This record gives sequence, structure tokens and C-alpha cells, in this order.
Amino acid sequence: MDLTSELLLKARLRLLQMHFESGVGHIGGNLSCLDILMSLHHKVLRPLDKFVLSKGHSAGSLYVTLWSLGLLSDDDLKTFHKEGTRLSGHPPVRGIPEIPFATGSLGHGLSLSAGLALAKKLKGEKGRIFCLTSDGEWNEGSNWESLIFTRHNHLNVTLVVDMNGLQGFGSTSDIADLEPLAEKFRAFRIPTLEVDGHDVDAVAMALRQDGDGPAVVVAKTKKGHGVSFMEDSFEWHYLPLSRESYHQAVEQLISICATHSAALS
Amino acid sequence: MRNAFCSTLVELAANPAFVFLTGDLGFQALEPLRQEMGKRFINAGVAEQNMVSVAAGLANDGLRPWVYSIAPFLYARAFEQIRNDVCLHGMPVILVGNGGGYGYGVMGSTHHAIEDYGALLSLQGMRVYLPAFDSDVREAIRYLMGAAHPAYLRLGLSEQPKWFSPPPFSAWRHVLAGRGPTIAIAGPLAGGILDALRQSDLSADVWLVSELPITELPSEFLSSLRRSNYLMVIEEHVCAGGFGQMLSHQLLLAGAAPGQFVHRTALGYVSGRYGSQRFHRAECGLDPASIMAELNRAVLA
Repeated sequence: MDLTSELLLKARLRLLQMHFESGVGHIGGNLSCLDILMSLHHKVLRPLDKFVLSKGHSAGSLYVTLWSLGLLSDDDLKTFHKEGTRLSGHPPVRGIPEIPFATGSLGHGLSLSAGLALAKKLKGEKGRIFCLTSDGEWNEGSNWESLIFTRHNHLNVTLVVDMNGLQGFGSTSDIADLEPLAEKFRAFRIPTLEVDGHDVDAVAMALRQDGDGPAVVVAKTKKGHGVSFMEDSFEWHYLPLSRESYHQAVEQLISICATHSAALS
Repeated sequence: MRNAFCSTLVELAANPAFVFLTGDLGFQALEPLRQEMGKRFINAGVAEQNMVSVAAGLANDGLRPWVYSIAPFLYARAFEQIRNDVCLHGMPVILVGNGGGYGYGVMGSTHHAIEDYGALLSLQGMRVYLPAFDSDVREAIRYLMGAAHPAYLRLGLSEQPKWFSPPPFSAWRHVLAGRGPTIAIAGPLAGGILDALRQSDLSADVWLVSELPITELPSEFLSSLRRSNYLMVIEEHVCAGGFGQMLSHQLLLAGAAPGQFVHRTALGYVSGRYGSQRFHRAECGLDPASIMAELNRAVLA
């Protein structure tokens, strides 16, 4: 499916609206990975492929991406984070076929992906498994266990790291500096690409690198991407949107898009 | 029980959905299974958290993963993976913990499993199987291979007395009929107690429980309690979350609490010293001599 800048803007606006209406934070990390999820779901995933969102706190972006594909309705999104919803703050256990696992505690998704890939390998079935982690999530020891296992068993898992440089209570470099992270993946002898995580074509091209073993795409992103006062600000990891900041964010996104369109024409 | 465990799984190895994962354990025990299963036998290395989540991923795709390690390395190390990835999703992953209770003896406290089923039974949909004899292991495995829920199989050493022929594996088994105190035991330590009772003049009514949580109270067991008005529960597990707490809760709900209730449990490390499984049981009053002393006191009282 063609992923136009209009559709990307529409998804970004819908994400902000959903978080604003529900009074929910975690918007920064959702904005940093929205382009990756849109690129993956619109341009890369095929019917036999599966995706696991390991950074479960970006459930909003995943829900909006599924909405952009017509797999969740506008009415579904209106229930986000509200009483009796199936769209909980982190991905739910059941009810949405495109979400195989409830996640939220970090450091689970890559091992779950390895399990899905191992099942395909044992059954001789086709299909690739994609997994998105955050960068702060690489503090978790279980991720490294999974990397060892995935590499050793030559499992067809493509790991995407949303490298926004910020985590819950500070910058990744201040808390537990893992740079150069891409080099660490390469040290495992896993093919690793680094891309601009907000360039959906570059992300898609990196994700389409086909092979039957593991691969890593380190996607350089900005937390709060597209909204200047949120960009690279770790406060927006948690903060909910006030009415004023919501309207400010919407105006800014629309005006950037208008400028971009004018420049193109 | 490891040999019974291995040989039974070897018999079932042809099932193409069956996948066996070990956390780098099974030396001089699981080699025949490895041989039989080929690529479906996976040594996941010393990485239990990953292993459990991988199993959940396999189960999500319709396979039947069994995950094996020394008990605490599984239920304690990978507790969140069991909670989130296996139990919240109702995945039929079979966790096999070797060395139930003080089974690893003088190897030390890190290897003991005295809070395993209490911890695991707090999780959604989890069921626990406590074989007491080798024949139980074989029957439990055959059931578990088709089970549709998460499960924990606690392995130990079979202590089956030579004279005793176990009834078929089930949640409740009436293993010794008698007139005196009513006794409910979970796990292989039942063997030594049955043997001690046979050698004494004391008559007791003994029940063996091998599946938790308790979902029923057999009417014959309730009759026994009404008659004896005394219940002793014995388990190689701490009191908190243990079989005795579950059973007493059920009895209170049923309005069937006996006049006297004695609960023999694992007590941790009473002297701070280490020894065999027998040593630790004795320190906790779980050895047949201590149990018999308590029963004789109750009978004479």
C-alpha cells in the first residue's frame, strides 16, 4: 500500500488526538516509532509475517497504525485507555489478531519473536518475524539472552531498535550508555543497518533486506518527532497532553506539512 | 524420577508438535531424548528468561513446548516470563522443575525449591503436578502432553516402598485406609511415611494429593475427617501458598474444618547448616520419625 505523507500526517494527528482525548502520556516514545510502524505495516509485512511490539508503551502508535490499515475502527480508538476498553495502555492479551502478545514489561518481545521464528523453522513454514524494541530496553539482560539465542539458532527475526536516545528518567547515554549499540549487534555477527527512523522509504528498504537469519535495523529517531516542544525531551516520555499543548502540536504538524507540500509543488 | 521422565518423553517424541527446551541441564539423563528428538530438542543455554518466552512463542504457533531446568532456575528466575508470556496468554507450556523441595540436598539453598508451587499457583490458569512415584511421572506426562493450560511438573526422587502399589495417578488418592488420624500428603515424601505407618501399630487414614490447586474435596475424605476430627497436612514446601493453606481454606469454605489441624512444612534452614534431603526434612519435622511422634501424641491425647 502506498504510504503517502498525507497518510503519515493523518496517523500522527490521530495519535495525538487519541492520547489527548484519553489523557494519556507516553506520547514521546509513540511519536518516535510511528513512522517505523507505519512503514513496516504498510510497506513490508506480508501475510505470513508477524510483528511483536516489545516496547509495549508505544501501543498507541500500533493501534493507530492498525487503524490506518482499517483493522481497528475510529470507535475502537475512542475507547483507548478508557473503562472497559480492549485497547489498554499496553498491548492486550487477546482480541486483536495482529497483536500476538501482551507486552509492557520490557525485555520480552525479542524472546517471544524468537519463539515464533523457531516455530516457523521447525514447521518448515515461510514468513519473517519483526520485533520493535526501544533503545533503553537494551538495559534488560533478557534481551541479550535472546540475541544470543536468535543468533545461535539462526532464526529469521528482524529486530528494529527505536533509537531515540531517551528513556524514562533521563538520556540513554546518562543512564546506561550502550553506544555504539549497532556495533554491539555487529559484534554478534548479525547484519546491522542504521537508518533514519523517520524516513519511511529508508526504513522499508532496510526491513526488506531478505535473508533467513537474524537482522537488525537501528532506526535513529527523535522522541516526540514532529512536535518541536516534545522533540528530544524526556518529560514527554510520560506527560499527558494539556488542551493547549495538544492544539499547539496539531497546528505545528499541519503547518509543517503545508510548508512541505508547498515546497514540493 | 528423571529416568521415568526421560523414557516416557522418548515414547512420545514422535509427536511433531512436541518441542523440548532445556536450560543446559540433563547431563547423564536426557541424552536418549536428545537423540530421539533431533532438532526439536533445544539446549537454550543458561538463559532461563529467554527460554520461557521462546516456549510461549512456540506455543502461540500451536507447538507443545516443554521447558526443563533445576526447579528454582525456572520458577524463580523466569517468574515474570511465566506470568506474562505463558500464564496471561494461557499458553500450554509445560514447566518441568527437577529437585522439588530439598531434592538437591547438600548442593545448597540456591538449588532448593521450597516455595515453587505456592509462587506458581498465584498465576492465572497455572496447574501444578506433584508425582510421588515413578509410575505417577509416566501418567502425568501422558496427560500433560495433551493439556490445554500452563502447567508445572515438580520432579523429585521416587520413594515408593517395595510393598506398595500406587493407585493410578489422580488429584486425590486414598493410599492407606485406617481408623486413626486423617493425613493428607503432597509429594514423594509420602513414600517414607507410608512405610513408617506400615511398620507401626498406629492406624491412620492417608490421602495423597498430586494436583494443585484443589478443585474438589472427596466425600470419603470429608467422612474421614468427620470421624477423626484431626487432620495432619504434610508437604515439602513452605507454609505460605502451600497445599495446607489451600486445603484448610477449602475445608473452611465447606464448613468441614476438623477440630485439630497440624501442618508440617518446609521451614527453610533451621540450623543454618546444609545436608541431604533427609537432613533438611528432619530439621523441619518432615521425616517419618517426627511425623510418627506427632501422630502418636495425637492418638494418645
